[in-house]
Amino acid sequence: MKISVKLGGVLLAAALSTTAFHGAFAQEDTIKIGVLHSLSGTMAISETTLKDAMLMLVEEQNKKGGVLGKQIEAVVVDPASDWPLFAEKARQLISQDKVAAVFGCWTSSSRKSVLPVFEELNSILFYPVQYEGEESSRNIFYTGAAPNQQAIPAVDYLMETEGVERWVLAGTDYVYPQTTNKILKAYLMSKGVAEDDIMINYTPFGHSDWQTIVTDIKNFGSAGKKTAVVSTINGDANVPFYKELANQGVKAEDIPVVAFSVGEEELAGLDTAPLVGHLAAWNYFQSVDSEANAEFIEQWHAFTGNDKRVTNDPMEAAYIGFNAWVKAVEAAGTTDTDAVLDTIIGVTVPNLSGGYATVMPNHHITKPVLIGEIQADGQFEVVQETPAVVGDEWSDYLPDSKDLIADWRKPMECGNFNVATGKCGGKGS
Amino acid sequence: MRIRFVSLIFLILSFAAPCLAQSDPKPLINQLANANFKQAEDIIGQIAATGDARVVPALEAFAEGDLYARKADDVVFITTASGSKLALVDPLTGESAGEVAKGAMTKIKVNNNLRRAIRDALGALTLMSPDRNARLQAANTMLAAPSEDNLELIETALARETDGEVRARMEEARAVSLLTSGRSIEEKREAIERIRNYGGRDAIGVLRGAYGSIDASLQPDIDKAIGAIESEIALWDMAQNVWYGLSLGSVLLLAAIGLAITFGVMGIINMAHGEMVMLGAYSTFVVQDIIRSSAPQLFDWSLAIALPVAFLVTAAVGLAIERGVIRFLYGRPLETLLATWGISLILQQAIRSIFGPTNQEVGNPSWMSGSFALGGMNVTWNRMWIIIFSLSIFFALLVLMKKSSFGLQMRAVTQNRRMASSMGIRTPWVDAFTFALGSGIAGIAGVALSQIDNVSPNLGQSYIIDSFMVVVFGGVGNLWGTLVGAMSLGVLNKFLEPWAGAVLGKILVLVLIILFIQKRPRGLFALKGRAVEA
Repeated sequence: MKISVKLGGVLLAAALSTTAFHGAFAQEDTIKIGVLHSLSGTMAISETTLKDAMLMLVEEQNKKGGVLGKQIEAVVVDPASDWPLFAEKARQLISQDKVAAVFGCWTSSSRKSVLPVFEELNSILFYPVQYEGEESSRNIFYTGAAPNQQAIPAVDYLMETEGVERWVLAGTDYVYPQTTNKILKAYLMSKGVAEDDIMINYTPFGHSDWQTIVTDIKNFGSAGKKTAVVSTINGDANVPFYKELANQGVKAEDIPVVAFSVGEEELAGLDTAPLVGHLAAWNYFQSVDSEANAEFIEQWHAFTGNDKRVTNDPMEAAYIGFNAWVKAVEAAGTTDTDAVLDTIIGVTVPNLSGGYATVMPNHHITKPVLIGEIQADGQFEVVQETPAVVGDEWSDYLPDSKDLIADWRKPMECGNFNVATGKCGGKGS
Repeated sequence: MRIRFVSLIFLILSFAAPCLAQSDPKPLINQLANANFKQAEDIIGQIAATGDARVVPALEAFAEGDLYARKADDVVFITTASGSKLALVDPLTGESAGEVAKGAMTKIKVNNNLRRAIRDALGALTLMSPDRNARLQAANTMLAAPSEDNLELIETALARETDGEVRARMEEARAVSLLTSGRSIEEKREAIERIRNYGGRDAIGVLRGAYGSIDASLQPDIDKAIGAIESEIALWDMAQNVWYGLSLGSVLLLAAIGLAITFGVMGIINMAHGEMVMLGAYSTFVVQDIIRSSAPQLFDWSLAIALPVAFLVTAAVGLAIERGVIRFLYGRPLETLLATWGISLILQQAIRSIFGPTNQEVGNPSWMSGSFALGGMNVTWNRMWIIIFSLSIFFALLVLMKKSSFGLQMRAVTQNRRMASSMGIRTPWVDAFTFALGSGIAGIAGVALSQIDNVSPNLGQSYIIDSFMVVVFGGVGNLWGTLVGAMSLGVLNKFLEPWAGAVLGKILVLVLIILFIQKRPRGLFALKGRAVEA
């Protein structure tokens, strides 16, 4: 009895942390795609929604007749927020399940973990989240925003519209905020901001005691110059951060906070009335007024059976990535990786904000940049929209990478071509 | 310059009848219908320049985003939602203008810049309002944006003001505005003195700003004032740090206090402790959800109602875990660790399946929102209540352990099980209820933590390490050790944080604890005597 109970606990624990859920068993005449999002662990909070969105997109496509006359079948695995497990699950999807393409990953760490697998086994990954750039792979498509499609336009908006002169760059301590802040600092200094007017602050994952930092921000902002906070604070740490801001009375009119990782989903856990006016920069908001968006939201509510579920930017990126893949496969007439890689460049599909997204030779896409202010109902109101911007994989503001470009069209096929030396192979992979 | 004009107009108006208004604000307000942000800012200035106090509600509604234009004829109204429709009110007269469907109206967009412009405009318009709070707010607005153009207006208002606090604010607003004006050196010297007494970082900003343009004979006064304010701030910063430390300590105490019983007193390595905290937070969410939908007037009481609910829910779960799993594993710490870790994953995934993986919104009742100033310190209400709450739980628990018969049995069983058993104590049930008590207290902690942290399935994970750290550091088996351990870790953390940053600060604390445990393996307050060896 004792042993069985003990074993039961251990086995259950092990089972729960690594369970892989498979869709219906493979049928011969389906085309399989992999969905690689964490359904347990710390990232489940963000990634589960994307898994649902992918299943919805597949279902909708199948209603329209699938692709190449075959139904699409989604193979869902759970990498459990564990970066090495992402690589393992990716390998399993490609080698065992023989999927045609994989849609997945959220954090940059997980993407970096699977990158070598996709290059080695020559498969395709669509990555739907905004990221720090400084990477280009033959086998990965980055359908989220690069820094020039999110961070830089947001800073421009604050500088021009709100006249901000003093900057707090606050972020969680990992690769995306660090790289983004490095780019932003170089950019601000190129615009004539003094080093004294930039304060950079990092906090651990899941940081929940923001008292000292919010006080620091208030003190930094009381120097007589208009101050703003640029936040790359990740997921879970945001709710206590905004609660502390509200409680200490930091109003958006005095010190606005612009965030790159806070969307409708994150605000769902908050009373937003004291936060009205704080900003976020994305390429899509649920409140965007377009026909495609209205239809998408309706499908989402029907699919989840819950009309309170919000939509967010990474879902739009997944939508664009999936549709671009479908179109490229139709054009190529096969799901073969090399053929799809050839046809997908230049493919244009509608986005949800009423425009179009084109897959560029550097495996990034064109996106409009929207700046939104938080409203009392937890949605954003767009206060500025730019025309579509091409994602820039290698930042123009970092000395190491300003000469690099990526172009995966034949015959160049290079992810880091150095325009100064005229050779392929400057930095990175 | 425009503001001076406003002030002059207002001065005239405040003594003359309102019917003398020079221009009618109504067409100006209607112009907002088709204005972009830049144009709207100009229009706000013009509306304020009419000096007509009737525009105040319209401007306030604009800042709140309640101003809409009728699509058919671009006439602007203040609106309130009424079901799926919008109730219209005339922006000047306040007369009702019926209800229309939302689709017939366009919202007039507002951004931070416009809100700021509106706030400044309202400051000038409401400085002599009959409402005391409006005057106080207006004085604060003026204080934050010094301008010599406001000086005459403030002085007029000051002459009529009777309320002490508002008067003080106005005096300060007058002082900051006077500093950059063309007034006499004597008056300026007095103003510097007043700003010095007002203190704070903003005062330093004002003084520094005036330093360059002011008469050279006053510069030593400013230097002195800045020096005095700075040393004052340094003292208050110290006090603020201690307060933040205690506040962090109280959160640690809350998280650890249930563990002090299950791990400290009973010796069970309970990895599912964090999930009990999480269940407590979800109980709060459920209670609030029911209150929101069925009895919204009780919302301010939601936490009081959630406390017993959370306690009972988590105590019941704790009891089930003890009876179902842990009682078979007493004396085998490694297996207990694995089993409880498994339970914690089951509970997390169960909550994730029931409530979904996203954060749930737990509201702050009004008495837990906002902050108040204590000298140069800013104290937020929620943190203060959490400190009070965690200390009261601690002392209640202490009394229960030392003074009640259940506490006596509990101590007897943990100290010498066989002796207690032969005295007629039903030791298995004491074990079960002790574990349930520890779990229940973790649940209560969850109610408080739901006020400052995410309510998500991962809530517990972030506290489990900290809880063990506190209990081990304080001394296993000693409640006082947990209190002192939590508070000293909190204060230590908060003194390291400004100096080393949040990331390094946390690492340093861990290193210090490891070194400390090397020196004193039993923690701060080690239990002594035979019980320890048993």
